[in-house]
Amino acid sequence: MTDLVWLLLTASTPILWAALGEMVAERAGVLNLGVEGMMITGALAGFAVAHATGSPSAGFIGAAVAGAALSLIFSLVTLVFLANQVATGLALTLFGLGLTAMFGKAYEGMKAPAMGFDWVVWMGLLLVPALWWWLNRTRAGLTLRSVGDNHDAAHALGTPVRLVRLGAIAVGGALAGVGGAYVSIARVLQWTEGMTAGAGWIALAIVVFAGWSPIGVLAGAALFGGVTVLQLRAQAAGFHLPVQLLAASPYIATIIVLVLISAQHKYLRRGAGAAPGSLGQTFHPDT
Amino acid sequence: MFRLEPRASAPLLWQVATPVMAVAATMLAGGVLFALMGHDPVAAIGTIFWDPLFGAASGYSRPQLLVKAGPLILIACGLAIGFRAGIWNIGAEGQYIVGGICGAAVALAAHPAEGLWIFPAMVAAGLLGGWVWGMIPALLKNWVGASEILVSLMLVYVAQRIAAWMAFGPMRNPEGFGMPGSRNLQHYPPAANPELIAGTGIHWGVVAAAVAVVATWVLMSKSLRGFHIRVAGLAPRAARFAGVSPGVMVAFCLGLSGALAGVAGLFEVAGPAGQITDSFGTGYGFTAIIVAFLGRLHPFGILLAGLLLALTYIGGELAQLMLGLPAASVQVFQGMLLFFLLAFDILTRYRIRRRPRA
Repeated sequence: MTDLVWLLLTASTPILWAALGEMVAERAGVLNLGVEGMMITGALAGFAVAHATGSPSAGFIGAAVAGAALSLIFSLVTLVFLANQVATGLALTLFGLGLTAMFGKAYEGMKAPAMGFDWVVWMGLLLVPALWWWLNRTRAGLTLRSVGDNHDAAHALGTPVRLVRLGAIAVGGALAGVGGAYVSIARVLQWTEGMTAGAGWIALAIVVFAGWSPIGVLAGAALFGGVTVLQLRAQAAGFHLPVQLLAASPYIATIIVLVLISAQHKYLRRGAGAAPGSLGQTFHPDT
Repeated sequence: MFRLEPRASAPLLWQVATPVMAVAATMLAGGVLFALMGHDPVAAIGTIFWDPLFGAASGYSRPQLLVKAGPLILIACGLAIGFRAGIWNIGAEGQYIVGGICGAAVALAAHPAEGLWIFPAMVAAGLLGGWVWGMIPALLKNWVGASEILVSLMLVYVAQRIAAWMAFGPMRNPEGFGMPGSRNLQHYPPAANPELIAGTGIHWGVVAAAVAVVATWVLMSKSLRGFHIRVAGLAPRAARFAGVSPGVMVAFCLGLSGALAGVAGLFEVAGPAGQITDSFGTGYGFTAIIVAFLGRLHPFGILLAGLLLALTYIGGELAQLMLGLPAASVQVFQGMLLFFLLAFDILTRYRIRRRPRA
């Protein structure tokens, strides 16, 4: 039983970290579709640092730095050059996948150093109440939410909208990086090209499912951890379905959950919270 | 400092100049990247952009240009229509794979029959498969408002798993000695999509791409539907007041782009790829997004952009062969290109003025 709980926790952790990071960015009004690119970059950077230093913890820190660094490109293009966030996020994902495929060749076939205490799982769980408290009970959290809900009003009040967003995007990148590194360092124990396999996109869906709340993100990540574990169990038990189709179940589950949540919003007009008011909109400082 | 003043309309000069600037900046940045990795940047850029057209091996690589550009242009034309309307189909890769599978299914079911009906039936199946895969996000969007971005993207992963299942299961070649992958359709003439004019690389998919470019231009510039699509993208509220149904728009754009991606997959499986394997999707569906943007969502721009990105594919393979550059460097190039494109676009949308000193 405890084995199963642990399996669930470790399967949920990459998505939990990435989705919490994206939630912070989206609460600041930024839709960053580059999560998958930042995760895969974290997966490679984390693996490389862990391999070089022999310390998984150093690897996770390296992954956070790499994820945040990559997110700076997104910040530059959307905040300074005022480009469309959807297209820029997509570019970030394509770029991250290409960059890691290019630099990852040297690390193929290597083994990750052994993990000691798995603090990433526990810190991910701790981040949930911490982020809730920060967003809802601190002045800084209020500022972040105001920027996300109405950037023009926040600007009029003298809030440095672009600076707040820069920070939120970087936090999103750092957390996505750690989530990606958890896949390479703790779960698969090696580097393979494209190994995050859509986890970043699932994280994006979970933020919607969660209604932009940290507790909802935890629930969403646990749900997907559950589907993943079930799917692996079913494969091992020789369930009468082709392995390849079982492997599609997390993606199908994501679609089903998105539909249920959207239906709840549409027909019941309640349930999880609504999207931040300025989500995905470009902020024009001069107009 | 500087101040940005929104332009009422985008000047043609900048519309043409910014993609060219983006390509130049990508070459520069790519050169820097290669230099950092210890390669000669001039040789690397030359190998990617010049040698496929005019180098020693150009006899082989020139026909490849159309082979690669065909699916890119075909898919990008469909995507651009949706992007104009503000409908984000980013799952063309999945629609491409499903179209290929459906088309191949017809061929494999007909095997070893002969008949002129087989190839047209495959084309219809490819169109239909891609259309269905594109209509799933459209229906879910219209029904409950689920994000078409996330649903269409998730369906890419589902399609990849289905392709793997097909290659290892139902479609596995019974005479393939247990190897995964379907029969090779190139060896089954009624279902094959061969080179039509020797040495040019032109196959039915390239013909279809050319037709798609003209048809897209007619649709977008000459028809009421095209006008509605453009209005829906620029001013959704105004479009609604004018009687344009957003639901119809979503279904039309996603269905059409899905069908075009699907038929691109069919032409690929019957021609250059030859068979369904677990790695049938090679990323054309994603690269086509870049093609659509580089072409400024205009069919004639897409034609040029498709040729350019096809060149990077071929040049990338050549650079891998000649200089030992990593295969993924093309992907990095494509990602950088999209960044530069989006960044430089500020020049078409804004006038940059010096802020008067206070």
